[in-house]
Amino acid sequence: MSASISTTKSATRYDAIVIGGGHNGLTTAAYLAKAGRKVLVLERRHILGGAAVSEEVYPGFTFTVCSYVVSLLRPEVIRELELSKHGLQIVPLTGSFTPMENGDYLAFWPDDTDTREEIKRHSVRDADRYEEFNQLMFEMAYAVKPILGMVPPDLVSPSLRDLGTLRELARHIKGLGKRKFHYLHKIMTMSAADFLAEFFETDVMKAAMSINGIIGTMLGPCSPGTAYVLLHHFMGELDGAFTAWGSQKGGTGGVSEALASAARSYGAETRCSTPVKQVIVKNGRAVGVALESGEEIYSDVVVSGCDPKVTFLKLIDRKELPGDLVESIEKFKFRGSSGKVNLALDGLPDFTAAPDPSYVHEIGMVEIAPSLAFMEQAYDEAKYGGFSSRPYMDVVVPTAVDPSMAPPGKHVMSIFVQYANYELTNGNWEDERENFGDAVIDTLAEFAPNLKEMILHRQVLSPWDIEKEFALTAGNIFQGELTLDQLFFLRPAAGWAQYRTPIRNYYQCGSGTHPGGGITGGPGRLAALEILRGTS
Amino acid sequence: MQPTPFHSRTAPLCVSNSWLEWAGYQSATMYALEHTHEYHAVRMATALFDVSPLYKFHIHGPDAMRLLDRVLTRDVTRCAVGQVMYSAWCDDAGHIIDDGTLARLEDNFYRLTTADPSLAWLQDNGYGMNVQVEDVSESLAALALQGPTSRDLLQSAATTNLSRLGYFRATRTGIGNARVTVTRTGYTGDLGYEVWIEPDDAEHVWDVLMDRGRSYAIKPAGTLALEMVRIEAGLLLSEVDFISCRKTIFEVQKSTPLELGLGWMVHLDKPFFVGQQAIREEKARGPAWNAVGVEIDVLALEAIYAEFGMPLHLPWEAWDTPVPVYVDGQQVGKATSGTWSPTLKKYVALARVRPQHAALGSTLDIEMTVEAVRRTVPAKVVKTPFFDPARKRS
Repeated sequence: MSASISTTKSATRYDAIVIGGGHNGLTTAAYLAKAGRKVLVLERRHILGGAAVSEEVYPGFTFTVCSYVVSLLRPEVIRELELSKHGLQIVPLTGSFTPMENGDYLAFWPDDTDTREEIKRHSVRDADRYEEFNQLMFEMAYAVKPILGMVPPDLVSPSLRDLGTLRELARHIKGLGKRKFHYLHKIMTMSAADFLAEFFETDVMKAAMSINGIIGTMLGPCSPGTAYVLLHHFMGELDGAFTAWGSQKGGTGGVSEALASAARSYGAETRCSTPVKQVIVKNGRAVGVALESGEEIYSDVVVSGCDPKVTFLKLIDRKELPGDLVESIEKFKFRGSSGKVNLALDGLPDFTAAPDPSYVHEIGMVEIAPSLAFMEQAYDEAKYGGFSSRPYMDVVVPTAVDPSMAPPGKHVMSIFVQYANYELTNGNWEDERENFGDAVIDTLAEFAPNLKEMILHRQVLSPWDIEKEFALTAGNIFQGELTLDQLFFLRPAAGWAQYRTPIRNYYQCGSGTHPGGGITGGPGRLAALEILRGTS
Repeated sequence: MQPTPFHSRTAPLCVSNSWLEWAGYQSATMYALEHTHEYHAVRMATALFDVSPLYKFHIHGPDAMRLLDRVLTRDVTRCAVGQVMYSAWCDDAGHIIDDGTLARLEDNFYRLTTADPSLAWLQDNGYGMNVQVEDVSESLAALALQGPTSRDLLQSAATTNLSRLGYFRATRTGIGNARVTVTRTGYTGDLGYEVWIEPDDAEHVWDVLMDRGRSYAIKPAGTLALEMVRIEAGLLLSEVDFISCRKTIFEVQKSTPLELGLGWMVHLDKPFFVGQQAIREEKARGPAWNAVGVEIDVLALEAIYAEFGMPLHLPWEAWDTPVPVYVDGQQVGKATSGTWSPTLKKYVALARVRPQHAALGSTLDIEMTVEAVRRTVPAKVVKTPFFDPARKRS
């Protein structure tokens, strides 16, 4: 064998090739295959799922490596692809527990009355307003929700359909009424901390509730714009209930497996360990892909589930694209802000502040967010190119409800960590990775002292690792930040938010398109519907 | 209400303090303040149910088989030692009295579980036979251990190898220091076991199972979770999906095994059983009703809610109040219980309809109320069990 790579042409021709077997790529593939198209999914890694992946990193222990909870998965995707038949099984995580630095705690229990009583321990006034706040957020989420299932209108050169969408949108916003519109405006512009301060006086309450405003975003709870991210996370839905988080059996890789199984049941093919080098473009039209192995595969349509930077600037020669789009994509904010630590544990660690140490694991998440100052300081430390020495953490122990992920009596712990700046001012992530891991474990052990002695194995992922392993630019978990300037008809760029690209038959379907990040399947579904509309 | 033999263990765990009466016993509806996690424990880990309130009868003696074969609709002569059978039994008119499981523990020794008191019925049917019927309801405690990890959990607690205990089979084993009977049966449609225990050993067995169970994410569970999973499994509940003919004097409220979809357990070819002649005749003319499973169209329900300016609301508990079922505006039957299935992501119900509307794929309209306004929602006849994982039998 010579070392040079020879080009071979694949004999099989496909109707569509999907680049990237992440959950959105698989969703697009499933919808296209269901519509009768001959579909091939190409995945760079040895396993499907992208960032929704479960892997046995340590013998006997399955880690939900990157993403770890499900809530935004669109009900229509579950229904239309019959995902339950293919193994989707989600246990709701209905509560959360926030230990405080003084040994006290704040808990959101699964039961409303319990939660009210709990908040009353901190502030009777806040207990009253908690219900009011939830109702408002529910109302806002219900009002904004239709937008999630909508193809964003093109404001640059609106089509007849876009004008229809705009009219619908205008009517919808008008229908919100004064009060809701007023709040919508506040949510769109304020910081999570300020918005929450309009309702609550207890610091830990504001800290714990600001979490949804900063997850995956390089912003602190006091940064304007975070109130919207808060609302985004309120749009989660499980069995008709809003704001519910859940844990998928076997980790979030189980969602990807269900999607892959659905796609295959409709006839789609999947190939792992098959990195794509480039999209083959002829006369401004995508005609197939060139693999890194040298193989070329041809198809009528090529869809990229990768993030906008990869989709436009890596897989395509930028001379094929208009200059303003190249500029927009180059300016698209990625700014990876989070890391992940996964632990194999010998037992369940006890959070000393908890009234019932093991119960907290069963009902949901443990939030290391003891105060607003703690959160903001964690951000401050990372802002100028570092990582938090005492980071914010979202801790889930999936094995407390799903024993299939570890040997009997053992557990896995998933720790989502923020902040970790992708750009380190001093040093590089390869050297700093384990220091970052130590900061995480040390901080967590302040609240659960017996954690350290239970650790059998530790996996640390910095934003740099996430980029390297999962091809997510700057390690951004949403394929681009979920700030208002990067949403809806601006995601990923004005004029190119309808899943198309300037190259004919080349489409985008990743989280870098509307409705954005999280395990939603939303971009994948809407992209497939656009492709079917455009090619039928 | 009496406490069950497990009360000293269940009471402190029952944080909700929410109990109902079941056959005179105090039975937890849910342990936590909501039952969601108890439901999911059945489908993802192991749930532990205290099913001691079941009525239990021991039938001994040389004519034990003869008696049971006379009473039960199934061919009891085919029940091997170590086998369990699910069967119904009827009155002379072929109306269903009850259903339950029969375990053959020895050649001439059987155990029958029932929903209602049955001593007199069994004794009276054994007139002139050499058989003893004993009501052991109070002298036998019972736990149901149900869910995908139940096999490994039970094995970790048992003194003998249970790996070869097949579906609907019974065996004797030890748990901790206690001697128990284990049957691979349950009311959940999942992999699961029922453990039959001397009341004096009840607390000990509970403690061992809960202790070992920690490694398998065990959760004690109550009747609210049980209701949901038994509907997913397509299993009937007495006094909800049918009424025992011994509990009603009104013909319209009685039903037959054929009407309830239990025809497969009626062995008309055996020499005799109570109600055989009537069921033969019923079979010849065709049953008046057919039991069906239906899947309610959630999108249509969502559209109705939208008319009210509301998002779709799905029930988070099973319902068991009968509602009318229509075809073309004419009532053709009733749905007797239903639940949103978080596992299947489907809204399913058990119903009884006129035979011409019972074919798989038929569309029915089921009555639902939104804000106390009566509406109908399309529902499709589908196969039951709605949920039938391979692990149940494997």
